[in-house]
Amino acid sequence: MNNNLKILLNGLIKENPTFVLLLGMCPTLGTTSSAINGMSMGLATTFVLICSNIVISLIKNLVPDKVRIPAYIVVIAAFVTMVEMIMQAYVPALYASLGLFIPLIVVNCIVLGRAEAFAAKNSVVPSMFDGLGIGLGFTLALTLLGSIRELLGTGKIFDFAIYPESYGMLLFVLAPGAFIALGFLIAIVNKLRKS
Amino acid sequence: MGQLVVSPSPHTRSSVSTPNLMFGVIAALLPALAVSVYYFGIGTLIVTLTSVASCVLFEYLIQKFLLKQQPTISDGSAILTGLLLAFNLPSNLPIGIIIVGAAFAIGVGKMAFGGLGQNLFNPALAGRVFLLISFPVQMTTWPVPKGFSTNYIDAETGATALNMMKNHFGSLPETTDMLLGQMGGSLGEVSAIALLIGFAFLLFRRIITWHIPVTIFATVFVFQGILYLADPTQFASPVAHLLAGGLMLGAIFMATDYVTSPMSICGKVVYAIGIGIITVVIRNFGSFPEGMSFAILIMNAVTPLINTYIKPKRFGEVK
Amino acid sequence: MAKLESSLKNMLLSLTAIALIAAGLMASLYRVTSEPIAKSKEQKSVDAIKAVLPAFDKIENDTANGLNIFKAYTADGQFVGAAVESLSKNGFGGEIKVMVGFDAQGCITEYSVLEQKETPGLGTKMVTWFRPQTEKKKSLLETIFHYEVKTPEKQSSIIGKNPAVNKMTVSKDGGEIDAITASTISSRAFLESVRTAYNAYAAANNQKPTDANSGATQTTEGNNNEQ
Repeated sequence: MNNNLKILLNGLIKENPTFVLLLGMCPTLGTTSSAINGMSMGLATTFVLICSNIVISLIKNLVPDKVRIPAYIVVIAAFVTMVEMIMQAYVPALYASLGLFIPLIVVNCIVLGRAEAFAAKNSVVPSMFDGLGIGLGFTLALTLLGSIRELLGTGKIFDFAIYPESYGMLLFVLAPGAFIALGFLIAIVNKLRKS
Repeated sequence: MGQLVVSPSPHTRSSVSTPNLMFGVIAALLPALAVSVYYFGIGTLIVTLTSVASCVLFEYLIQKFLLKQQPTISDGSAILTGLLLAFNLPSNLPIGIIIVGAAFAIGVGKMAFGGLGQNLFNPALAGRVFLLISFPVQMTTWPVPKGFSTNYIDAETGATALNMMKNHFGSLPETTDMLLGQMGGSLGEVSAIALLIGFAFLLFRRIITWHIPVTIFATVFVFQGILYLADPTQFASPVAHLLAGGLMLGAIFMATDYVTSPMSICGKVVYAIGIGIITVVIRNFGSFPEGMSFAILIMNAVTPLINTYIKPKRFGEVK
Repeated sequence: MAKLESSLKNMLLSLTAIALIAAGLMASLYRVTSEPIAKSKEQKSVDAIKAVLPAFDKIENDTANGLNIFKAYTADGQFVGAAVESLSKNGFGGEIKVMVGFDAQGCITEYSVLEQKETPGLGTKMVTWFRPQTEKKKSLLETIFHYEVKTPEKQSSIIGKNPAVNKMTVSKDGGEIDAITASTISSRAFLESVRTAYNAYAAANNQKPTDANSGATQTTEGNNNEQ
């Protein structure tokens, strides 16, 4: 159990997919215009990560090495499509704001990366914890980035007004602000990790 | 540091130094500043002083406390950045916004890349584009030039010539007015004559070469001329485009920044043609009427690539 | 269990099996969710109409002046108003598409912007600008410091106005509506699309069209600040 906790923390901090591994930059930059959007994207990815990690660790011996990538992609794509259909059916408002990026979870390198690097070599329970850890690390990073952009851009965090919106720097809500904010966040995280 | 550097001959020395160049450029900007004070009055002075002071202050603070270096504010580069940033702002901009812009120009545009000589983008332009996108309302409320006025925030506002061109309304200012600077716009960009005097001074002092500005002028003139000949009702005349907006200011003072422009003559021409074409495209088809600052920033980003493929000729090299 | 060998037979079998299982799972999920998905899609277009109209029971599609009109009736067949899908090509960044709701007398009940490519922070404000001013929620810092950032007074609401009576142009052009700060062109285009909508509504219901249609975008005088 102690070991599983270590795996979980590993994904959250030591191998944080966004700040340390720099994986999955497309959804990171694209969906973090507000804290809530970033968090939903992170949670959707977490769900896919856990499911795909479990299934892949289960079938790892049934899949011959040479066709493992297409097999993993099919598994991941199946889960992503399920998330998409469920979201579209039951939370259409969230689907409208994230819609474009949901299918892109398939090509998010985090998911395939963890399948390759972890799930294909480990058993079910550690794989599940790895998916959870990495997914939560991703969610944490996206929520943080989304909060910063929302705060600087509109003066709010999770729609709670901190300072008047007319003082907000609109740039941070738009795409270039994502790059700038992420760059500075990574710099700060690097500085903190080194010291 | 402290190590001896052995470099191959020839060893030439000249009096050219960073402060020398920087203060030369600052001197060349003074005529345009004078014209701006004449037309916009007290606002110009407030904006310019705030911008210069906060740029110098931020450079000092970042170097001293964040990077823990010996501050190099006396080389004049922060003063120049502040001056150029102010030249790109309307003369009725609230002080708070100017300070934020200066912080971005110095902090993100220059220091985050490692300070003078390492920055990828022109810091003043980075600051101006940041402000334009972040505070579009304040950044696009242009005061009307009314002779020396003591109004700062409450100055009367009007449209710029570029706006009129883009949306086909209003009567453009007379060409002589556009030359002298009697039109709405950022405080330093309005007077073509004053900027051209500065250009002549820079050429005379050999601070810059003519290649980049002249190529930009020619590209804009030819490209806009083609559009104008194709459909005069839709597109404004190339002369008006040369005189309006930040084209002169950008071509002479911003595009020629040593750090962010290519080294070889051939590279400079490629770079300048790129700026000219992007400017015309954004001005005529984009969602902002002025494209000069975006064009220079885009070509700044391309500069390392140009430098890789078009290498300057080595000194003394025989073909 | 040992890992399967990469022989052709094994590869074919395992890929086919995985694909089949995945397809089967998705097909069954699709059968479960297809109904709610269709419902939510339909809901979306009905919602767009509902959002701009008073309560109604059924919708009748119509066209006039080349625009789509959704006429709304109560259960006993009484006309309560119509939503018009209108557009203007004179926006700062191109086309603007709006849905405007009118009641039976021709007063605007509500509008929604369906599509626009205006400059962020300027023209994009049209989404809320032309509604009545709402009470602003105080932000945390304002509450702490007992300080308030004032929003300037504006006469910009088009809700409740009748384009046949009220002049639906920006105040700079002699109309009754204050333009979005520094975005006169977007405002003109928006109001043009509202007038176009009203004219289609009037044509479909034999009412008097608005006379403010001139002076829309070709106004030659007046300052314009939009950048």
